[in-house]
Amino acid sequence: MVRLLRPTVAVAVLAGLVAAPWVVDDYTSALLARTLALGLVAVGVALLTGVAGLPTLGQTAPYAAGAYAGALVGGHLCDVGAVQVLVAGAAGAALATATLPLVLPARGVVLLMITLAVGELAVVLAGRWTSVTGGTDGLAGIAPTRPLWGLPVLTTDRARYLYTLVVVAVLVGLVLLVLRTRVGLLLRAGRDDEARLRASGHRVAAHVAGVHVAAGAIAGAAGSLLATAQQYVSPADFGFDTSALLLLGVVVGGTASVGGALVGAVLVVAARDWLFGALPGQAPLVLGLAFVVVAHLLPTARRARPPARPRPASAPLGPRPADARRPTSATGVRA
Amino acid sequence: MTPLLTAEAVTVRYGSLTALDAVDLRIPLGQRHALIGPNGAGKSTLLDVVAGVTRAAGGRVRLAGRDVTRLGPAARARRGVGRIHQRPAVWGSLTVRENVLVAALPRAERAGRWHPAARRRSAGRTADALLDRTGLGDLAATPAGQLAHGQRRQVEIAVALAGRPRLLLLDEPAAGLSAVEVGWLVEFLRGLPRAVAVLLVEHRLDLVYALCDTVTVLRDGRTLATGSPAEIRASGPVRQAYAEGVT
Repeated sequence: MVRLLRPTVAVAVLAGLVAAPWVVDDYTSALLARTLALGLVAVGVALLTGVAGLPTLGQTAPYAAGAYAGALVGGHLCDVGAVQVLVAGAAGAALATATLPLVLPARGVVLLMITLAVGELAVVLAGRWTSVTGGTDGLAGIAPTRPLWGLPVLTTDRARYLYTLVVVAVLVGLVLLVLRTRVGLLLRAGRDDEARLRASGHRVAAHVAGVHVAAGAIAGAAGSLLATAQQYVSPADFGFDTSALLLLGVVVGGTASVGGALVGAVLVVAARDWLFGALPGQAPLVLGLAFVVVAHLLPTARRARPPARPRPASAPLGPRPADARRPTSATGVRA
Repeated sequence: MTPLLTAEAVTVRYGSLTALDAVDLRIPLGQRHALIGPNGAGKSTLLDVVAGVTRAAGGRVRLAGRDVTRLGPAARARRGVGRIHQRPAVWGSLTVRENVLVAALPRAERAGRWHPAARRRSAGRTADALLDRTGLGDLAATPAGQLAHGQRRQVEIAVALAGRPRLLLLDEPAAGLSAVEVGWLVEFLRGLPRAVAVLLVEHRLDLVYALCDTVTVLRDGRTLATGSPAEIRASGPVRQAYAEGVT
């Protein structure tokens, strides 16, 4: 039953997302497109925090790098969305690579603090590098994007939303496929016990570097989608509140669930936007309280805690009779 | 013939405390060698130095004649050092088969299987063979985090063997096991091919004498004696050391 529930929910969510622009108004479509871009960043956060066990508050840095790179390419070089996504992904990956010397030796709370600092530095840099980023005024009037060569330019909010949805679906699908290979296995093993993985002969530093760069590329690509959907980029899009929302979204959706992180981030951002209207000025407080409640109550949050101690009683070692089979349950990365 | 493992004048210090003081160790290929001694003698520290987890302040470690002193645990594992920890260490969110598969992957890579699918198939065959050998076949799909202590030990043994080690480091493998489980462990370790040398740290002397060809006694970070089990049993200073300190 549970096995059937997950794909059913996934299909229902996807159908809802596809139908959304014909159901809601243009403003909401634009809002949903921006939310989907943020949801894609949450996928990278889930990859790092939930799958690889490397907590992060700094994915806004490659997100910003990708957004500015995508906007600049779109404005000066090429209006093809695929090119912008690739360049933005490369910018996000390059920024993630540049931070590797800081990230590789750190784990746990230290890593969280380092990534938070990297995210904040990126915001400061975006605000001060006026000649490239437009400073705190941001980059406005970004030229409209065409998805591929030969296709028409995206001029409506609905078209930009559908383009964003397709790119997010393709990238999330790629991530899920890769996590089904030995890459996913090794990341989960590293999350459980890094020292043991090293003692088995694996180059753990290479795994950590790889997942950081991949998450950076994903956040960079999401940045390009933000620039396309919003047609405006400013440092305000990448502040600490965005990092906190991403983490909250990932916890709500399930730390080790890539699809769940996407849905969680969408729900949290939608809640924030609704709260901004319903409780003017109180939204951050309410979201902070929500974070505390979620971290303590949700089973997905509890799953992120260290595993329970092994049971003290031990069954005899050695081969077992066939009737001693234990009930089994599949583990792994959930779609 | 070059010994498989040579530790020369290995010294480890933690601040003002000298955990190992110029300890020598020599293990030929296929030998079963035990390290015994009172608590705090430096047995596990020496195991950590051989595994590459602890960096020695002085001395050298050679594996099959090659100096590995500066290599970390991953590089030493790739050169044939496997380890079983005092507290069974498994990857809890992975199934039992996945645990063994992960450990078998580097070996498949070294065997020249560069295509990921071929590598995974080769590692899968190794994993399945080891699951059968250790009696874990029925638990293959069970998350390792759900296993009891003794079963975790079994998984750890399979994981350690998946890399086809030339030298197996065993840190109190019988700790926390029942008498029946210890019996299985002794039989399993006895059945290991002679191509695998064993360095065993164990407080249970019956196990040491049942398994090992040679015994080194450590006390306060220094070598007190090295010899056959019979020689060690008959040694006055060793008896005295145990009467004073072993628990």
